[in-house]
Amino acid sequence: AFFWLVSLLLASLIWFISVHLSDREDAKLQYGLLVFGAAVSVLLQEAFRFAYFKLLKKADEGLATISEDGRSPISLRQMAYVSGLSFGIISGVFSVINILADSIGPGIVGIHGDSPYYFITSAFLTMALVLLHTFWGVIFFDACEKRRYWCLGLVVASHLLTSGLTFLNPWYEASLVPIFIITLCMGLWAFFTAGGSFRNILKCLSCKQEDDSRVMMYSALQVPFED
Amino acid sequence: MTELSAHLPQFQHGQLTENFPDNHLSNTNDNSERRRHDNSERRRNDNPESETNGQPQNNIQQVVEQDEEDDEELTLKYGAKHVIMLFVPVTLCMVVVVATIKSVSFYTRKDGQLIYTPFTEETETVGQRALNSILNAAIMISVIIVMTILLVVLYKYRCYKVIHGWLIISSLLLLFFFSFIYLGEVFKTYNVAMDYITVALMIWNFGVVGMICIHWKGPLRLQQAYLIMISALMALVFIKYLPEWTAWLILAVISVYDLVAVLCPKGPLRMLVETAQERNETLFPALIYSSTMIWLVNMAEEDPEAQRKASKNSTYDKQAPANQTQNEDAEADDGGFSQEWQQQRDNRIGPIESTPESRAAVQALPSNSQTSEDPEERGVKLGLGDFIFYSVLVGKASATASGDWNTTLACFVAILIGLCLTLLLLAIFKKALPALPISITFGLVFYFATDNLVQPFMDQLAFHQFYI
Repeated sequence: AFFWLVSLLLASLIWFISVHLSDREDAKLQYGLLVFGAAVSVLLQEAFRFAYFKLLKKADEGLATISEDGRSPISLRQMAYVSGLSFGIISGVFSVINILADSIGPGIVGIHGDSPYYFITSAFLTMALVLLHTFWGVIFFDACEKRRYWCLGLVVASHLLTSGLTFLNPWYEASLVPIFIITLCMGLWAFFTAGGSFRNILKCLSCKQEDDSRVMMYSALQVPFED
Repeated sequence: MTELSAHLPQFQHGQLTENFPDNHLSNTNDNSERRRHDNSERRRNDNPESETNGQPQNNIQQVVEQDEEDDEELTLKYGAKHVIMLFVPVTLCMVVVVATIKSVSFYTRKDGQLIYTPFTEETETVGQRALNSILNAAIMISVIIVMTILLVVLYKYRCYKVIHGWLIISSLLLLFFFSFIYLGEVFKTYNVAMDYITVALMIWNFGVVGMICIHWKGPLRLQQAYLIMISALMALVFIKYLPEWTAWLILAVISVYDLVAVLCPKGPLRMLVETAQERNETLFPALIYSSTMIWLVNMAEEDPEAQRKASKNSTYDKQAPANQTQNEDAEADDGGFSQEWQQQRDNRIGPIESTPESRAAVQALPSNSQTSEDPEERGVKLGLGDFIFYSVLVGKASATASGDWNTTLACFVAILIGLCLTLLLLAIFKKALPALPISITFGLVFYFATDNLVQPFMDQLAFHQFYI
């Protein structure tokens, strides 16, 4: 969350500077700068996600060396999930908390001609974004670990695409539906990246008791021979 | 300060009733920080204190002779647990403060200022305002420094009884009077009809149980809850009575002061810690939040603020910031007593000085049997002053920021990350470290950056319903 905040801070700084250096009155320019700011923010977010990956990798090595059995207590997959989730939570919260706070107060949605579905679509978009960040986190870390850079590129591209689709608001059919499709695809991809498979799902759903495949080595329990 | 070896009495807003010679934490969280640092120091000095012992310094445990590696492994292993153990109370305190600020308008209404901040900020020009706030902060800080030094002196000369009495009176005032006001304001906000008899009963029970828990024995969770509550009450008073620019300046200067006081060889807090270590005493427990409680007697923590207040009361006109960390060590933690409180206290009972010395004196009293330190139970200690200043920062952010919730959340995350880093440094350096600097720096940076840079950006994005 901290890393995401720092990336947002830098992106806002860039946007702020660009706005102050430009003509305030020109609406189209301001709009263009906003789009530019959003794009820069997306790229910075991904860059900071990468930085966070590097940090966690180092921490992982450290934890592994000091632990008793040479393995770190948290697997990289868990870290990927947590990192994605925290990015998602802080991003979602920052997007929606002020809207939520305002939704308590008296008012009428869309009275000036905007869409009356503002709140509900914001809620759905935020949910999609949180889930997306989680999935991106899992895929991203796995791609960095296995050095599959095309995966990385795809994650960044899909983030840019998602952000770009929101520019089509309030034409919600064009923005909300594709975003949910992207969320679904990313979810499936992340599931398979994390090691899931159809078999796992079936096993989970059937609630079968897993056979304990560990075999006791009885020989190890023998009292040593006395010569 | 979080001290692993809590030798030094770390008091955070402690009960001012005790005048401990130690410089106890003045209103700042120095003490808590120091305490943390103490722990680490202790290890170095082979103090009997156990590491990350939340217990009062009374327990001076022999440092376990372990391999360096074992120590490190244990420290790192329990380090993460300790971080979580501190995250929860800090978060709770902040949540209480933010919830109160958002709902009870009393704490955001301007009803005057403390005597420690005599210069008003409603001036005609920006320059005048800046000058006034600088003067206010300077007065506060000097009061804090004076009180801290006084505390150290008192501690050195073993005026423990004074400190003890001071701290008890301080905590009495805090638990009864401030909570009475708080309850009254909450009832007013929600338009709840209440009679005096019920209120008297509630406040009496709350206060008496609080006194017992904090100064004597009680369930650990209850004691922690009371410490969180008094920290929140203290922070609310600060948020109400400190004008804006003064508050930010004070936060910045306090963290610098904390850094200096704890790390410099001649810093008051450091001297306090060292004196306590020489005498094999523990620091005042009542002013420190400990995640695991093993000891039995809680010494009122020095409340630097309380001390300051005491001294301030005599000069009502001067509004010295109650947060002054007079006694670096003891002062750092003013025991959660705001200046107002102090003023009121002074008005009622006359100037009372809770000095680190008095606290040290109290600490020097034969302590009850110390339970042995089980490595599994080692906790970590954080001074109440730290709680208070963190909550002041987040509370002020939620009260006055234009970005509202975004700014509050950003400050919250920044403070927690700062706390995390400080604990990491504690695990590495193993000596008392100030808990304020890193967190407050991050918090201030994020507050101003979020309020001025991020908020317009997010506002524009939300207006068009763009998502990033």
